[in-house]
Amino acid sequence: MFRYIVRRLLQMILTFFGATFVVFALMFANQDDPIQALVGEKPISDTLRAELTERYHLDDGFLSQYWHYMSNLLTGDLGDSLTGREISEMLSSSWPVTVRLALMAIVIAAVIAIAAGVWSAIRRGGLFDNGTLMFTLLLLAMPVVVLAPVAQWIFGMELGWFPATASRNATFYALLLPAIVLACTVVATQLRVTRTSVVENLRADYVRTARAKGLAPRRVVWVHVLRNSLIPVITLIGVDLGVLMSGAIVTEDVFNIPGVGSKLAQGVRTEDGPLVVGFVSVLVIFFLVMNLVVDLLYAALDPRIRYE
Amino acid sequence: MSDPTMLATVDERPRSLAGDAWSDLRRNKIFWASAVLVLVILLMALLPSLFTSADPTSCALANKHKGPTGAALFGFDSQGCDVFARTVYGAGDSIQVGLFSTLAAGLIGLLFGLAAGYYGGAIDAVLSRGIDIVLGIPLLLAAVILSARLSGPGDDGVTAVTVTLGLLTWTSAARVMRSSVVAAKGQDYVSAARMLGAGPGRLMFRHILPNAIAPFMVVLTLLLGANIAAEATLSYLGVGLKGDAMSWGLQISEARRQARVAAAPLVWPSAFLAATVLAFIMLGDAIRDAFDPKLR
Repeated sequence: MFRYIVRRLLQMILTFFGATFVVFALMFANQDDPIQALVGEKPISDTLRAELTERYHLDDGFLSQYWHYMSNLLTGDLGDSLTGREISEMLSSSWPVTVRLALMAIVIAAVIAIAAGVWSAIRRGGLFDNGTLMFTLLLLAMPVVVLAPVAQWIFGMELGWFPATASRNATFYALLLPAIVLACTVVATQLRVTRTSVVENLRADYVRTARAKGLAPRRVVWVHVLRNSLIPVITLIGVDLGVLMSGAIVTEDVFNIPGVGSKLAQGVRTEDGPLVVGFVSVLVIFFLVMNLVVDLLYAALDPRIRYE
Repeated sequence: MSDPTMLATVDERPRSLAGDAWSDLRRNKIFWASAVLVLVILLMALLPSLFTSADPTSCALANKHKGPTGAALFGFDSQGCDVFARTVYGAGDSIQVGLFSTLAAGLIGLLFGLAAGYYGGAIDAVLSRGIDIVLGIPLLLAAVILSARLSGPGDDGVTAVTVTLGLLTWTSAARVMRSSVVAAKGQDYVSAARMLGAGPGRLMFRHILPNAIAPFMVVLTLLLGANIAAEATLSYLGVGLKGDAMSWGLQISEARRQARVAAAPLVWPSAFLAATVLAFIMLGDAIRDAFDPKLR
């Protein structure tokens, strides 16, 4: 286990610097005139230009600039948005509602994926199994740009079952429809992986043993099989987080939820460079760290993975 | 089995993997349904005037929010434009971006995967870490920045989005290519060709590649659907297509605010987009099933 953790951490450090370096290069390399880009259309005086060059280390080499970017990032200094607000402050005011939305989506997706996945694995080839297969296919084909506006229109406006928008202090009910939309972006793969993994485990020797001992079929499936079947589903969490982030940008924008995603979408629309860069950097780092945690969790849950 | 044509196809010659797959595919209804859908969509992208005689850019405010008529099947939007014509013409840029970005991603993935799988060792380690690094960045986050950087003012964004998606989505194709090259490399026929004096280039492209390409093609089919969806998302957020370009993502973004008054401009591009993605997913699934009988 110890060797696995060390190796994984070393890989993580490499990926971490590689990924932040790529993001940095995408944002800053070959920019014609970053100062002009910063102040927008207005003309700027030479003194202001000199001051900004000094402050943002624009005369330094590429690597030195990367160093300044990383040290600012790691000390939580993200600079100011073009609107004048501090980016770290905007981030800290917007993340609670996003986390609530994401947690609701994860719970909804997990409950549906596990219940329906196990059920269709037990009744393999049956009506329910084929039905869920069709349903997941449809969900996979629905990008969130289709799902969110259409769900808002049908359930929020036409039928009026849910509020069409949500505020910062949104109630559980107001966040329910966006959370369901977000859950739809990840539930299909989770369901299919659960189903495949349960089908495989139902044939395992330990299941035959458990049955031979005379355990109730329900206990065999929901305790013995399910516990082993969820291991591959957990690895999906890391990938799903990336999907959820992308989904949250669009979903929060559609439902007017003032979270991290809609702030980022606004920043993109208003061409607020510093805001987009700051938010994206923090989200990428969060994604990398969560993936490391998921990998370690996976190794802890499944001893086989350590001896590859 | 009494059908004489069935007997005639039973040949003494052993069939190739591709031949086997094709005979499976021919009997698969889902394959035909998705193939027909894909062809219709491609035709719509190439020759939109076959589907509608209306001009999507000639709009009359007098027609604002009018319901469907015989000529304009889906009615009119808030600018008085023909929704059906706009949806049909929207296929063009959406498909173009999806197709070319997938080709670019396929080319990068092919070269990365082939080199990593064939040479192994240090080259594999470096290339695989490169793949890990790109995979470590959520697609949309990087795409938002790159696409905004690449498109100039006044540009329609088609090239920018194509390059962005090509540069960011090649990783899954590269991984699949690498693992099938590793599997194919150890086969006897490769050793035989090497002993006969074939060089690395000939080995890679004439011997290994043809036997390792099937899973790669499946990934590309699925990626095509995903990239069309990604283009729509970028256009929705305002860093994708813009200006004169016409895509489903742009149309959804414009129609969303008016959904309460007029739903057709939102619903139809959404439906076409979902149907296109669905067609490519089903096609990819059908081809994968045909090439990989184990999965059944």
